[in-house]
Amino acid sequence: MGSTTQTAADVLSMQHITKIYGNGFMANKDICFSVRKGEIHGLVGENGAGKSTLMKVLFGQEVPEEGKIFINGEEVSISNPLVALDYGIGMVHQHFMLVPSLTVAENMVLGVEPRKGKMFFDYKKAARMTREVAEKYNLPINPDKRVMDLSVGYKQRVEILKILLRGAKILLLDEPTAVLTPQETAELFVQLKNLKKEGFTIVFISHKLNEIKEICDRITVLRDGQVVGSAEIGEVSEQDISRMMVGRDVLMDIEKGAPQPREGILSVRGLGFTNMYGKKALRDVSFDLRCGEIVGIAGVEGNGQSELASILTGLERPQEGRVLLNGRDASKMSIRKMREEQVSFISEDRMVYDLVRDATIGENLISDRYYKKEYRRGPLMDQKKMDREAEELIEGYLVACDGRDAYMRTLSGGNMQKVITARECSSHPRLLIASQPTRGIDVGATEFIRKRLVELRDQGAAILLFSADLAEIMQVSDRILVFHGGRIVAHIPRAEEVDENILGEYMLGLRTQSEEEIGGAVFENKN
Amino acid sequence: MNDLMTFVLSPAFANAIIRMSTPLIFVSMAAVLGAKANILCIAYEGMMLFAALGGVIGSALSQNLLVGMLCGVLAGSLIAGLFAYFVLVLKTKDMLVGLALNTLGSGGTIFALYVMSGQKASSISLNSLQFPVIHIPFIEDIPVLGGIISGHNLLTYLAYLSVILVYLLLYKTPLGLRIRSVGESPDAAESVGTNVVKTRVIALMIGGVLASFGGMFMSMGYTPYFTRDMMNGRGYNAIAAQNLGAGHPILTLLCSILFGAADAFGIALQTSRLPPQLASMVPYITTLVGLIIIGQARRKQEKKRALALGARELAAEQESASQGVKG
Repeated sequence: MGSTTQTAADVLSMQHITKIYGNGFMANKDICFSVRKGEIHGLVGENGAGKSTLMKVLFGQEVPEEGKIFINGEEVSISNPLVALDYGIGMVHQHFMLVPSLTVAENMVLGVEPRKGKMFFDYKKAARMTREVAEKYNLPINPDKRVMDLSVGYKQRVEILKILLRGAKILLLDEPTAVLTPQETAELFVQLKNLKKEGFTIVFISHKLNEIKEICDRITVLRDGQVVGSAEIGEVSEQDISRMMVGRDVLMDIEKGAPQPREGILSVRGLGFTNMYGKKALRDVSFDLRCGEIVGIAGVEGNGQSELASILTGLERPQEGRVLLNGRDASKMSIRKMREEQVSFISEDRMVYDLVRDATIGENLISDRYYKKEYRRGPLMDQKKMDREAEELIEGYLVACDGRDAYMRTLSGGNMQKVITARECSSHPRLLIASQPTRGIDVGATEFIRKRLVELRDQGAAILLFSADLAEIMQVSDRILVFHGGRIVAHIPRAEEVDENILGEYMLGLRTQSEEEIGGAVFENKN
Repeated sequence: MNDLMTFVLSPAFANAIIRMSTPLIFVSMAAVLGAKANILCIAYEGMMLFAALGGVIGSALSQNLLVGMLCGVLAGSLIAGLFAYFVLVLKTKDMLVGLALNTLGSGGTIFALYVMSGQKASSISLNSLQFPVIHIPFIEDIPVLGGIISGHNLLTYLAYLSVILVYLLLYKTPLGLRIRSVGESPDAAESVGTNVVKTRVIALMIGGVLASFGGMFMSMGYTPYFTRDMMNGRGYNAIAAQNLGAGHPILTLLCSILFGAADAFGIALQTSRLPPQLASMVPYITTLVGLIIIGQARRKQEKKRALALGARELAAEQESASQGVKG
């Protein structure tokens, strides 16, 4: 492991950075991070490890509680993005900072517009400047095209050119490949290597091991807001990096008997979906799910899992193929209709889809059932019954709170997730679709929720578990489906027998099962 | 009925359309600026009323048209400034502030009118000035065309000039580029150092000046005095014209003229036996129909774009696949 202290060759050095957000969340704890001139430095870590926060501090979008930043050995104070640009630091955000209806040239010069006389904007000069910088760095682009007509790869190119035009020498790229197709990614890597040859320094943020291995010279790994270590890329294997990212000791054991699968409940056939970026997110996905089993969906983020979850929970419509719930077309059902078929959902974005922050815990707990007859007394709601039920759930699910009338927003993430789990598990579901049910919450709540999932299975429910946490998938699931590039690349019928490394190879696309093996995920109708 | 047909086909009707569209053009240009900066401002009615009365009082007291005009612009800009302060600085709800300012415009002008003239209905007793009527030499002598184009109020010509100015501002100056970028993606604008609030305030205040001229036309041109609530929803109609014109200055101008024609038609109808309310519905019905057409067209366009993107990706993939085979 290399050192994180400052040396003369460092073009950029961040020392003892600590950032605490308003809600008390410590996103960066005493982080020391140094980058040498002319290298591609990977900033690596899982979601929520603190990578983006650290870059926002560097780019002047967040003010750290503690710590110093040095550029070329001189201490600097970066209060906003313009100051960062003055020091030659440019950032390509994960979500593009472009104005869609303006042309490439207009986007390029926004804020530093060339003028004709004193009054007028010199568009011709803007287009010329764009062409010049594009030619200089061999990133050709048509300056007159509107940004909204560009593909994602070209939009990213505009972002890179934009910061090059402003004289950036250090480029921060925040998960630049997250929205790219493999072809676009390959092209981006060629461009980045060229820029490195030109003497630019690049910080490459990612959690995709194969990409880090391919493009980076050195890496710094973050976990839970802290630096785990730095290393020359040649000194570490993908397994080493993964170990540093995740940490081995998090495996918790959950007692779990053999599954007793019964009748099928969910059938997915030939599902295809193109997402809003025009990326083919799902291709010909088929599988079955039976009552009494947990099927885990594994994969590196951005390989179609989110889109599948969105379709199954009724947020998106399938563009190709069918989803059958109890033998009927689920894509034509309203979400309430699906719930009345005894389907429950835990979605990956709990703040948006699962709960109402400004309502009470009690109100959140009954929000899926308040309209039903048994919760009514005449035209009014049966408040007593609801209160009683809410209290039972709070007690049964060990929600730490000031009672049912406390506002949802006062809870910690773990307790919020317990409330959601309580609601979704207490509606007697026959099918639970759970996306990232334990993301970003503490170990205790995680264990509790996983146990509930297994309990629910033992009571005869079918569970589809989406998780970025491989340990969770391996521990909780009975069967596993691995996604890569929008396809199922592996079906593992007995989850307890699979080797973690092999699973990892499937996830990275290094290995694919035969069609026959993958076809094992589909059980033909026998009646 | 025949008389009506004859009138509609006469040069006098074309002249009336140009006259009636004047306030709508001014205010719809203000709305274009607001829409481009993505500010939902409905307070134009209030701005117009304040400016209309401000101009009347200012010119009556000073007996100087220029001073009167400045008073009108200041009064209208006051409402625009209040809107900017509440919505852009204090971040209160745009709709509520807009409604409140329009109500203030209605009640406030009546109150000020009463204080100044002792009357609540109109400012006839005040000796206020008007903007001059311009007779364009040579053009006024052209038969038919001269009668249509020449002999309008100065503000009418300024209204048409304002369309060109707004167009140049939006599409040919750095400020216009910034207004459009803060309206469409404030994050992107902010990330390159544009002050989003400041840019929006500027757009709104320029709009305030334009709306003020629209208001003053009503009390210092179209009629020679101020009457209570004399805008009659023109501030709202202008927003509709901007919407129908998809926020583009030239299209919005055409829509304002269309609404102006509906106004002129309504007035012409008053001489016939048909209820004039029917005619005053025309602008709103036009808006609704127009919005449906635009909405449908946009949906088609978006679908086309998504398909094009998908097809492009497919092609790229096939290309790389075939290269893989060769390799």
